[in-house]
Amino acid sequence: MTLKLGVPSKGRLMEKTFDWFAARGITLARTGNDREYAATIDGLEGAELVLLSAGEIPRELAAGHIHLGVTGSDLIREKIASWESIVETLAPMGFGQADLILAVPAFWVDVDTLDDLDATAAAFRARHGFRLRIATKYHRLVREFLKSQGVADYQLVDSQGATEGVVKNETAEMIADITSTGETLRANHLKILSDGMIHRSQATLFRSQKATLSTDEKATLAALQNKLGG
Amino acid sequence: MTSSAAIRAEADRLVAVFETAGAQRFETDILQPAETLLDLYGEDMRARAYVTQDPLFGEQMLRPDFTVPVVQSHMAQGVTPARYTYAGEVFRRQEDETGRPREYMQVGYEVFDGADPAGADADVFATVTGILAPLQGKLRISMADIGLLLAAVDGLDTSQARKSALKRHIWRPSRFRALLDRFSGKTPAPNSRRHLLQAATATPVAALAATAGPEIGLRSVADIETRVTALAQDAATPPIDSDQVAMIEDLLAIRETPADALERLRNLTVDLPAIEPAVTRIHDRLTALENRGVDLSRVTFDAGYGRTSMEYYDGFVFGISVEGRPDLPPLSTGGRYDALTRVLGRGHGIPAVGAVLRPATMLEAAQ
Repeated sequence: MTLKLGVPSKGRLMEKTFDWFAARGITLARTGNDREYAATIDGLEGAELVLLSAGEIPRELAAGHIHLGVTGSDLIREKIASWESIVETLAPMGFGQADLILAVPAFWVDVDTLDDLDATAAAFRARHGFRLRIATKYHRLVREFLKSQGVADYQLVDSQGATEGVVKNETAEMIADITSTGETLRANHLKILSDGMIHRSQATLFRSQKATLSTDEKATLAALQNKLGG
Repeated sequence: MTSSAAIRAEADRLVAVFETAGAQRFETDILQPAETLLDLYGEDMRARAYVTQDPLFGEQMLRPDFTVPVVQSHMAQGVTPARYTYAGEVFRRQEDETGRPREYMQVGYEVFDGADPAGADADVFATVTGILAPLQGKLRISMADIGLLLAAVDGLDTSQARKSALKRHIWRPSRFRALLDRFSGKTPAPNSRRHLLQAATATPVAALAATAGPEIGLRSVADIETRVTALAQDAATPPIDSDQVAMIEDLLAIRETPADALERLRNLTVDLPAIEPAVTRIHDRLTALENRGVDLSRVTFDAGYGRTSMEYYDGFVFGISVEGRPDLPPLSTGGRYDALTRVLGRGHGIPAVGAVLRPATMLEAAQ
């Protein structure tokens, strides 16, 4: 059997992942035409490359279908309960940086901190009869963060895309989303809460603790770790 | 592992005990509308319960407990005194691997009676401890009264807005602490707030908001103006006296036998007269318990108990666990939830107190 490495199947995340491995003497490549998700791996005997969407990699790691996987640390924390007992962090890869933040309309001049947010949520609920809505796709991370900070009277509404637009459309009062430069937030007249950093994410190489390893696969993993360490 | 037949038999036995105490059997569906619970407990509830989407009836929930359906059913029939018992599976989602069951049998006893609250508290506590008497010697029994802290906050020499903010976070101790630190001047207001209030003295809030960005979403400029006014009032409110903060700390630090705790509370009443009615209620409850022959020497009155996990309780609270077995969930928890009946009854409340038991844990503890 072979050691299965799952990496993102397209875009900059794929390219950066290929570059990162190349710098460590392992050549990853897509084969065939653009629509075919076939790939090769050179420089690491006994390994197989599996191309997957970055969002599926956490699930495949948790199921033990792949031994290793590259994905954002935000997705691992969001999608896997008790993630630390399911996957092991082998290497933060230094790209794909994005911050999961809380953002409110820029004209809310009275809201800068979580303390402001909590008080605002209480007043909003009293006035409108429902809880202040936060649009996000990171339900677990946001809920755990706000609980730990003692923020109440909010509700999460699901938003899988174009989250920055929800306030203008009045389907939510604020958002929790990832941002790298903050440009999209500004373009949508949103600002970041000063103490609302939920998670600093980056692309990370994870090892599944659910996938069993044969003797051969253990040797391949050791060879890989050798290359990563050296 | 105890067999489900044994757990079911134990549940039936407990129900029979409560029926003998005058309770009528209550039944409700496993699938419950989610809206009421989500409105009461918000997003935290989603982390604790299984929520699913029904194409016709909207969000539904696997019942996480019986209390809300019992209260709703009771309120719908009027507000005459009654007592209920029930037994059935409840479902608790686990966000982390805790080893706790996600589905378990729960037996409960709920007393709706405003004529003699101390007597009703004692009835529930004495009936439950009577059931658990065979485990005596293995039990850790805690009690407290959330009404004590609510009364202490009401008695603070400060604005109504600050009291409301503190009371809103009674069940979130870390935020409560942070608010108390700020209201007493121990931590300063954030810089952003000071700058805002300073700017607002020279420029209308609407102009400040317009400079910062266009008005989008449901929260309006008028809402912001209201809050800035409230912030200015708060900034002009003198800090809560450090002696008063110390008294709250003293109150929360009480951890003794109920008799000794009552003595310390009486001493605190000299400087904090607002808690006197709550202390009297505790006295009456302890007297009622003694009259029923409850041995209080093995009970700890722990003033901070029940603040993190028991949001709908607003008076008497108690919990009974197995000594030396942190792996086991509590055998029983209970308390008084008058405020919940007011919320669910749209202002019409009825004093209510109740408790739940876990028959599976009882059988495991007895082994």
